[in-house]
Amino acid sequence: MTKMGFAQAIVSAIEQAMAEDENVIIMGEDVHVLRIPKLLPKPNLFIRFGKERVKYTPISESGFVGAAVTAAMAGLRPIVEVLFADFLGVTMDAILNHAAKISFFSGNKWNVPLVIRTACGGGYGDAGQHEQSLWGWLAHIPGLSIVVPSNPADAGGLMLSSIYEDNPVIYFEHKMLADYWLDYMGSGGRTTVSFDVPEKGLEGEVPDKWESIPLGKLNKIKGGNDITLISVGVGVHRSIEAANILEEKGISAEVLDLRCVAPLDIEGLKKSVSKTEAVLIVDEDYKNFGLSGEICAILLEEGLSFKYGRVCTENTIPYSRELEDQALPNTKRIIDKAVNIVKK
Amino acid sequence: MVEAEVWQLYRDMLRSRLFEEAVTDLWEKGKISGELHLGTGEEAIIAGVVSQLEEGDAMAVDHRGTPPFIMRGIDPVLILLEFLGHSKGLCAGKGGHMHLFSKEHLAASSGIVGSSGPAATGFALALKYQKQKKIAVAFFGEGAMNQGMMLESMNLASVWNLPVLFVCKDNDWAVSTVTNNVTGGKLIDRAKGFGIEGYEVDGTDVEAVWKVVNEAISKLRNNDGPQFIHAHCVHMEGHFLGDPLLRYHRNPTMLVEAADSLKQYAGESLDEVFLLLRKIGGQLKKKFDPLVVTQKKLKDNAERLKQIEEEVTKEIEQVVYKTLEIFKGGVKDD
Repeated sequence: MTKMGFAQAIVSAIEQAMAEDENVIIMGEDVHVLRIPKLLPKPNLFIRFGKERVKYTPISESGFVGAAVTAAMAGLRPIVEVLFADFLGVTMDAILNHAAKISFFSGNKWNVPLVIRTACGGGYGDAGQHEQSLWGWLAHIPGLSIVVPSNPADAGGLMLSSIYEDNPVIYFEHKMLADYWLDYMGSGGRTTVSFDVPEKGLEGEVPDKWESIPLGKLNKIKGGNDITLISVGVGVHRSIEAANILEEKGISAEVLDLRCVAPLDIEGLKKSVSKTEAVLIVDEDYKNFGLSGEICAILLEEGLSFKYGRVCTENTIPYSRELEDQALPNTKRIIDKAVNIVKK
Repeated sequence: MVEAEVWQLYRDMLRSRLFEEAVTDLWEKGKISGELHLGTGEEAIIAGVVSQLEEGDAMAVDHRGTPPFIMRGIDPVLILLEFLGHSKGLCAGKGGHMHLFSKEHLAASSGIVGSSGPAATGFALALKYQKQKKIAVAFFGEGAMNQGMMLESMNLASVWNLPVLFVCKDNDWAVSTVTNNVTGGKLIDRAKGFGIEGYEVDGTDVEAVWKVVNEAISKLRNNDGPQFIHAHCVHMEGHFLGDPLLRYHRNPTMLVEAADSLKQYAGESLDEVFLLLRKIGGQLKKKFDPLVVTQKKLKDNAERLKQIEEEVTKEIEQVVYKTLEIFKGGVKDD
């Protein structure tokens, strides 16, 4: 085991896959220079693998993501970078009508082994055109896997499995966890600003050689009997923090890290919820028509009976840091809601 | 063009520059959050266009909205309060610098590259439909010329004969990518391909910009169809404040250390990265600064230059003072 940062783990897993399989290539805006501030002691992938395998693109998301779909169909395993999840809006046709549909339409005879890697999430004052999460919006579409890691070990393992998955994967990296994103977008080299960065997400133990973590397997972070807190990404860390405080209040909370929004680990969810019979979903994505409602519906369909609540982002994320902190799921909102549910 | 107009254009540019310098100071102090994309270096282009807009003309701006908003006469105190995330800001603290809106000025921003093309086209469609004889301007960088939506909107504006002024502010860089490396053909030929008349101009020369824009806007107001301006400039602060490439440029020991540690990876790709790091610094010369260029033109009247500088400095100091007072709750917003 070695210690690694979240962002470093992603790059390291990609590096391993690129060394193993020459069909793995990277495309995206600025991929040749991104991560230069953190380039020491290891070079970025552009320097390591060269411009034929790490291709910088014009600002043409609909074009290069669309091209990546058929490049994948023709035998490559492209990792396409879309700088912000918000910009997936620009490239939606390639994802919605092509990447997600080809396997089905071809009678499962032709796959699209494509990873779309994108930075998501808020907490640094960039407002709602650069801070959205959107995983629920994408998980709505059949044919896509949606990965949202919360710590370095998962980030690397899930990236490796995303690369070797034969169908399209959208891989979200939260800017509070990936240090170079926060450096670029949040601090810009300043020391006069601070952010609520979850330490255990930022850096942690990782294996010496990456091994795939299967998509759709949740991770139980903390055991508990009174309520199940379910989340992904940064929400997992906010949930753990809340669970520790709830413990002091005499409420024993189990914390589940979904790791993947699609496919969902239904068995893992059932196992926990049939024990606690109370559910709180913590989702940085939008509340309406999203992950939080979906999990509730699935558990009801499975015949479970439970108390339920959710803490989500309910509106467009405001620019003002103060308003933003209230808009995103925070520990206080989680604790208040959990107490409320358990006491119902 | 009479002399008085250059003086006015200079004043417009200086107001914008000093305002953005004040913004930079607050950003560095941590009072403004997130990314901050300045328009420093493109003031001559913005002044050359915005000074010729009439009441009722529309403006679609990109993520560098501060100069056009300031020059359009929108209250700088409201803009600065917005940057501070204050509820009395231009957009109630909800938008920030990338999402500035003023309904009464028909001025709308977006942080999505390329979106100002369709935005200006739609404004022009409505204005023309309402028989208002007004025009719409789209401000965007040359990076946006590789977005489908931009090219689609140029075609729309052409076939619908809409009064859109497409203003491409070309600084050679699409964020940290050299635009020439990812762009086929000439941009002005793209406009011509859609049947749109194009003008190429030195965007650091406000007089030159004013002249071509004056001709283009006359045609727009004469219902001669959309026009395209390709103006060249330099961003004095790179893509955004804290631009990682500029950090290397400003801290050469970082560059030396990086070069040293990466020797073992010597090759074409490494050379390209170091070329970029050198290139960005090479552009930040005073001769490309539109303020300096204009000051040179006006240097024969040093006294007047000094007077304008003093007046504008005082105005911006007052803007900052008033803004911070409102921010601290010291005075009521009037």
